[in-house]
Amino acid sequence: MELLRLATAGSVDDGKSTLIGRLLYDSKSIFEDQLEAIAETTKQRGDEGIDLALLTDGLRAEREQGITIDVAHRYFATPRRKFIIGDTPGHIQYTRNMVTGASTADLTIVLVDARHGVIEQSKRHTFIASLLRIPHIVVAINKMDLVDWDQEVFETIRKDFSAFAAKLDVTDLTFIPMSALLGDNVVDRSENMDWYEGSTLLHHLEEVHISSDRNLKDVRFPVQYVIRPQSDEYRDYRGYAGTVAGGIMKPGDEVVALPSGFTSKIASIDTADGPVEEAFPPMAVTIRLEDEIDISRGDMLSRPNNQPIVGQDIEAMICWMSEASSLTPRSKLALKHTTKWVRTMVKDLQYRLDINTLHRDEDATELKLNEIGRVKLRTTQPLFHDTYARNRLTGSFILVDETTNVTVGAGMIIDNN
Amino acid sequence: MTYQLSDVRALESEAIHIIREVAAEFERPVMLFSGGKDSILMLHMAIKAFAPAKVPFPIMHIDTGHNFPEVIEYRDRRVAETGIRLIVASVQDAIDKGLVTEETGPRASRNGLQTTALLEAIEEHRFDALFGGARRDEEKARAKERIYSFRDEFGQWDPKGQRPELWNLYNGRHNMGEHFRIFPISNWTELDVWHYIRDEDIDIPNIYMAHKRMVFKRDNMWLADTPFINRMDDEVLEERLVRFRTIGDATCTGAVDSPADDIEKVIEEVGATRVTERGATRADDRRTEAAMEDRKKEGYF
Ligand SMILES: Nc1nc2c(ncn2[C@@H]2O[C@H](COP(=O)(O)OP(=O)(O)O)[C@@H](O)[C@H]2O)c(=O)[nH]1
Repeated sequence: MELLRLATAGSVDDGKSTLIGRLLYDSKSIFEDQLEAIAETTKQRGDEGIDLALLTDGLRAEREQGITIDVAHRYFATPRRKFIIGDTPGHIQYTRNMVTGASTADLTIVLVDARHGVIEQSKRHTFIASLLRIPHIVVAINKMDLVDWDQEVFETIRKDFSAFAAKLDVTDLTFIPMSALLGDNVVDRSENMDWYEGSTLLHHLEEVHISSDRNLKDVRFPVQYVIRPQSDEYRDYRGYAGTVAGGIMKPGDEVVALPSGFTSKIASIDTADGPVEEAFPPMAVTIRLEDEIDISRGDMLSRPNNQPIVGQDIEAMICWMSEASSLTPRSKLALKHTTKWVRTMVKDLQYRLDINTLHRDEDATELKLNEIGRVKLRTTQPLFHDTYARNRLTGSFILVDETTNVTVGAGMIIDNN
Repeated sequence: MTYQLSDVRALESEAIHIIREVAAEFERPVMLFSGGKDSILMLHMAIKAFAPAKVPFPIMHIDTGHNFPEVIEYRDRRVAETGIRLIVASVQDAIDKGLVTEETGPRASRNGLQTTALLEAIEEHRFDALFGGARRDEEKARAKERIYSFRDEFGQWDPKGQRPELWNLYNGRHNMGEHFRIFPISNWTELDVWHYIRDEDIDIPNIYMAHKRMVFKRDNMWLADTPFINRMDDEVLEERLVRFRTIGDATCTGAVDSPADDIEKVIEEVGATRVTERGATRADDRRTEAAMEDRKKEGYF
């Protein structure tokens, strides 16, 4: 069974909670005690039946205010796949949560209310999905029951949405008309929209092809931990533990270690279950080399003829996530990239992007909470990196405030040529 | 050849990555070990993460003193087999030192007192990272907690001030006195755990399998007859075929009726069950709707 990570986004009242509740309910992932609890709450509020949206209500403050504050994780499985939902609220002020939820997602569901069509929030969500390079986007055109299941409405929204998405880097876009409330086209096919010939949402989630989304071309192995047993039996054992970030590694392959530049061959790829013939993302393994060369945490193994970019001048799109501070030229920050921490200074803010209009404001002097811009950085040590477009794991980094230790920015590296 | 890991192997890789990351970046990590299946699974993966070397941190049991003997026996056996260092932080000691007062009455539980013993141990040993076996599918507040969960110098969790967590880039930076709770199996469900225990043939305490036991009914759960609980007059003992779905303090962990006496049957039962693990078996979560959130804010696991 495969694992699919999905992120959901929608503005308040588009029906996101109802949709997730419906997916969990119809896939039989909801337990009786949870149902009883929400039936009870629905009753207390003076409503009838069970409000599926309550299933995804989390913290006390959220229940009191009737809104979602933070990324919540939900789990369900069908016989074909296991799903992890990163559910993020859609309010303007929560761009940072959306970015968080989107960073590891294979697929995102963008909700659109059929009565309202494509609004700014739908655009913002789609832009973030494309910025974070979520490979698959599903546009769920919801509340079709409120527009008489009208195909015209669906087609108009599809056209509007496609016109907007054409300006972005979106590879796979799928439109599904549905009613989350009544269940049409969520798990079961709609009987009210026989004009729609595509898949139901769940069927699409089960079938969408994700195995080619990871980078299997460029070998990238950030060394995480050096394993040196202190026992007689393994006196000469020296293994480099880490998680494969790209490519396929095999014993016998020639590799180069960065930053030293020394080359060697892979002697063996070890796991606690014994050596393996191949390692690919996201396997956690331990690599042994034929030669003894000096390698430590933060170094990277790759192939001599296919190496990452090595450099201290980085250009990136940054999403700023701090309320307490802003990013300005000359800001000094800690930066974590793969398994390496360095310090960095902001050299230049090239522009701030208006995520609704995609307008570039080149006169901007700072990035505030939830703002996104293109930035030039200088790091204290070279980063062994790729562009984010090429590899989400070696092309991403976080920025951390050195006094508060809080994560204040998310960075996606772009080509600086 | 398709280059795709199965769901459980992908979860295992994620957990091993997190465990190694913590071992590399924190000075004094420790792994909480209750003898329950989640902590057993976590320890199993810690051993795999560093093989053939030893696990570079100790494990710690927060001991309420109200244990199932089978679990303590299991714990000690596992420690002997792995050679890992075990620290026991005892609630009884905290009571004896006068740090906490014991609840009284038939519903007395030491569950809440664990927080004090835990925070005390963190201070004493100056731990800066504590691995916990919590899963996000267990409970609403957990569903929103990060994998690296920051705690201030009072051990408190601030659900609204959590650090964003992006890609697999974890930020464990902190000042003296602050620490992190680390949840490597956040993304596992109860069923994933059982599949993995089966696939890896992991030894678990036998009380997870169906056995005959003297129990009595309280709050719609079967509580075991132990020296630590006073039964009320109308609570009568009977012998039933039961098993435990979670293992915690004996005074508030309920058993469920079950004929599942081997792992395949347990998996079948868990797959078909319609009640959550905590709903079925944890009296501590039933106290109020926000019970877990409140306890977490104060420093609970
Ligand atoms: N008629 C209709 N109402 C819906 C549909 N989906 C959601 N709703 C209603 O829209 C309102 C907002 O839904 P909710 O799921 O709470 O929205 P959220 O804020 O996006 O999570 C609720 O009253 C739902 O019952 C739908 O498909 N059709």
